Amino acid sequence: MTDQTLMDTVETPSAGRPTPLGIPRLHLAICAALVAFFIIGPFFLYPVFLMKVMCFVLFACAFNLLLGYGGLLSFGHAAFFGSASYVSAHAAKAWGLTPELSILLGTGSAALLGLVIGALAIRRQGIYFAMVTLAFAQMVYFVSLQAPFTGGEDGIQAVPRNMLFGLIDISSDNALYAFVFVIVFACLFLIYRIIHSPFGQVLKAIRENEARSVSLGYRVNRYKLAVFVMSTTLAGTAGATKALVFQLASLTDVHWAMSGEVVLMALLGGMHTVFGPIVGAAIIVTMQNYFATFGAWVTVLQGTIFVVAVLLFREGIVGVLGKWLKKPL
Amino acid sequence: MFEIFGIPAAALFGQLLLGLINGSFYALLSLGLAVIFGLLNIINFTHGAQYMMGAFVAWMLLTYLGVDYWWALILVPVIVGATGIVVERLMISRLYHLDHLYGLLLTFGLALIIQGLFRNQYGVSGLPYSIPDALQGGTNLGFMFLPNYRAWVVVASVVVCFGTWFLIEKTRLGAYLRAATENPKMVGAFGINVPRLITLTYGFGVGLAALAGVLAAPIYSVNPNMGADLIIVVFAVVVIGGMGSIMGAILTGFGLGIVEGLTRVFYAEASAVVIFVIMALVLLIKPAGLFGRVA
Amino acid sequence: MNIATPILAAAMGLAMAGSAYAIDVKIGVLNDRSGTYADLSGEGSVIAAQMAVEDFGAADRGINVEIISADHQNKPDVASTIARQWYDEEGVDAIFDVPTSSAALAVNEITREKNKIFIDSGAASSDLTGAQCSPNTVHWTYDTWALANGTGAAMVETGADKWFFLTADYAFGHALEADTSAVVEETGGEVLGSVRHPFPGQDFSSYLLQAQSSGAEVIGLANAGGDTVNAIKQAAEFGITQSGQSLAALLMFITDVHALGLDAAQGLVLTESFYWDLNEGTRQWSERFAERNGGDMPTMVHAGVYAGVLHYLKAIEETGTIDAGPVMEAMKAMPTSDPLFGEGEIRADGRKVHDMYLFRVKSPDASEGAWDYYDLVYTIPAENAFRPIEEGGCELVE
Repeated sequence: MTDQTLMDTVETPSAGRPTPLGIPRLHLAICAALVAFFIIGPFFLYPVFLMKVMCFVLFACAFNLLLGYGGLLSFGHAAFFGSASYVSAHAAKAWGLTPELSILLGTGSAALLGLVIGALAIRRQGIYFAMVTLAFAQMVYFVSLQAPFTGGEDGIQAVPRNMLFGLIDISSDNALYAFVFVIVFACLFLIYRIIHSPFGQVLKAIRENEARSVSLGYRVNRYKLAVFVMSTTLAGTAGATKALVFQLASLTDVHWAMSGEVVLMALLGGMHTVFGPIVGAAIIVTMQNYFATFGAWVTVLQGTIFVVAVLLFREGIVGVLGKWLKKPL
Repeated sequence: MFEIFGIPAAALFGQLLLGLINGSFYALLSLGLAVIFGLLNIINFTHGAQYMMGAFVAWMLLTYLGVDYWWALILVPVIVGATGIVVERLMISRLYHLDHLYGLLLTFGLALIIQGLFRNQYGVSGLPYSIPDALQGGTNLGFMFLPNYRAWVVVASVVVCFGTWFLIEKTRLGAYLRAATENPKMVGAFGINVPRLITLTYGFGVGLAALAGVLAAPIYSVNPNMGADLIIVVFAVVVIGGMGSIMGAILTGFGLGIVEGLTRVFYAEASAVVIFVIMALVLLIKPAGLFGRVA
Repeated sequence: MNIATPILAAAMGLAMAGSAYAIDVKIGVLNDRSGTYADLSGEGSVIAAQMAVEDFGAADRGINVEIISADHQNKPDVASTIARQWYDEEGVDAIFDVPTSSAALAVNEITREKNKIFIDSGAASSDLTGAQCSPNTVHWTYDTWALANGTGAAMVETGADKWFFLTADYAFGHALEADTSAVVEETGGEVLGSVRHPFPGQDFSSYLLQAQSSGAEVIGLANAGGDTVNAIKQAAEFGITQSGQSLAALLMFITDVHALGLDAAQGLVLTESFYWDLNEGTRQWSERFAERNGGDMPTMVHAGVYAGVLHYLKAIEETGTIDAGPVMEAMKAMPTSDPLFGEGEIRADGRKVHDMYLFRVKSPDASEGAWDYYDLVYTIPAENAFRPIEEGGCELVE
């Protein structure tokens, strides 16, 4: 089998002079713009909606860490997103844990689940990898439907917004917004650093040519497992945070349609870019939010975006933009 | 009456037979998927939607044109297969040089579009389609009452499945097809129009899905979501059988129908998930599937 | 602002009598517009709400009503997002309909938090007026307890006392099964067993066969929507009903019967709180409804939305405010009265009580045309139709 990966193997020119932090100026500027947007945002837009956008941005970026940089298409990422949201909702509601502990617990459970599933799944490649992750995700869905603590199809409802660190009241939307903002941007920064670390470079090497990386002495499977677990962990953070924002954990979060949605976000934004999933997630969430009245047309529209993206711009919106600017984004 | 694991044997036979009937749908659907994957290297996520289209077109033919079930059995696969050919020409054919995963994403999008359009047009309550008069009623087998229609489904499915297997594995046309997937340039050099062969193959695979849809119309509710959840199960069947293996898809389809049927007796809640457990196990032990060639 | 509103509203209330001051009310109809329950709720509920506004003559009485709608896709997370946004951003005062129990419970919570009004018509869960009851919620049309009670007790009374359940394996199915089992056993019947099928299911033949060999007289279908339709279709195919067992659909709507066709559905027994052909009032209203709904007759959910909106508007006129507290108080204080459900009341726990009806689906020969589907078997009087208020565990009940 020829090793045709999802990546167009174009050698990308560097994105301008690096700054002292090792981040190219263009990236710094985009980051600053993003931060500014989400700080000013709640004055103009509905804060709960923006929090939803942020949670999905983190989910999409975590997913893309695996797809865009690990070269592994997981069709079961909802399992990690969803199980973390159940755990954090349960921790906050049944045990009365503080928000930061609930989220940590949710994240931890996603990491553990990722470790188990990842250890088995990374033995396979390509479609088989996608199918194994899908199979495991279906099992997680089954457990979520059956386990007593998940509340079946009702989900876990009325999750309380407890005191942050036991001290700070975050029950108002604005206070919660600040909390979510800090979590999401901290995680995004972490993802950015992972991508641009030596570890990230090895990942790219493996994605481009696995056999060669093996011959260079890299233990390929360890790297794959590591990136898989990182991806699931961060996806878990996104799910756990979302549960607290909406005060709800439900089957939607673990359903395979959610796994498909996150693929769409990465594909639409540009799966080989740092900022693509952010754009993709923002567009999809906005679309679902404002087109909710159109019923089944939302499905049709999503499908059309899938088809158009695959046929016309496989690099995604940001990928096309990056090509145009001749700088990697 | 003797018992097996606390279940009367007669009841168990009944369940085995029902499993076989469900298995015939799995076999027909996974056969189409396997043909498409084996010969085009495309994972056809639209398959479930095309199965649904089959049932709907049968209903439309009956309602708008008065075309009965028997004609639908022939006409529907042709009509839906033709739509498949259009899709292949316009879209899928542009993806052959790319990673498999793009094919999967494209067909996933197509499935969303088709299901959404049908939902807008026909709602989701389902439409009635009755069993043809010739197949009404049933036979008492002693251990169970077997509706004639279900017996017909098994027979039709077995005939079509093995006919397809024979066509691809044992005839000259099939040999061209297999050769074309191994080495399209070489086969093209012999003067065979390879792109057309591939287009027709896709149309044929889609036709199989539509045929399964017609067979399903009288017993399952004809609604836009009927293929959406089924497709995931059928995928699992194909993966377990071994991607691209025709015989593997057929045998696994029937086999898993039976396994699922037995699960319904012993632990009904798990019957939706048992196939995925088996799939994960198979992939870990025998990565290429039960009947697949090692990639 | 929060202090000013009631004062202003009170002032407007005083000024209401015959004055030109207008009250603006925004109603949100939140239901399934693309999924399993789109036909039994969906656009029809919006039409019903509009008809209520027109029939009430809201504009002439100085109440400006705006109706918006959205699709919750039967998902609790989508429902809660939309409800939150409607209350926070769109200025919605009351949400109506909301089928699917999980979605309804989510809207129930948000409505309580935001102190608005939620009048549910489409959902089944009796928790809405039980363990999860809220001072902001009214549950109008039916609930699992009423369905179980109607079908269960009535079937046992007719002598069919051995039951087997075919249950959708999720909380709603379990609740329906548990409620019905309790009723069956209380009235002297016997539950021989049950089988739980994954949700949603496609093929029910295996479970039906298990039900058949159980020797039960009644097979209770504790599921909904497409699952029920498929199970009934296949029961007809496997000759279950011909062999003397009867099917009892525990949650079924007239749209489901319509989708099945009378061939497959005949003989089914089911409980509803409304049927278009009950009396002159329901017939007149339903025909007007059908004209606007593409010829399709209303379901009890549509009827519930109509009656709910009507009562809500009456309460607003009465109090002259749109504030949840006084409006809810007035709604519970006033007896309800409309052509669809007749006279009734809203109890302290939010349960609207009225008669329930046990119907049997007609055979194709007995039916006189489209939508002529039911024979009335038995009327369950309002006082027995719903769960006694003290048994629900609602904290609003002293």
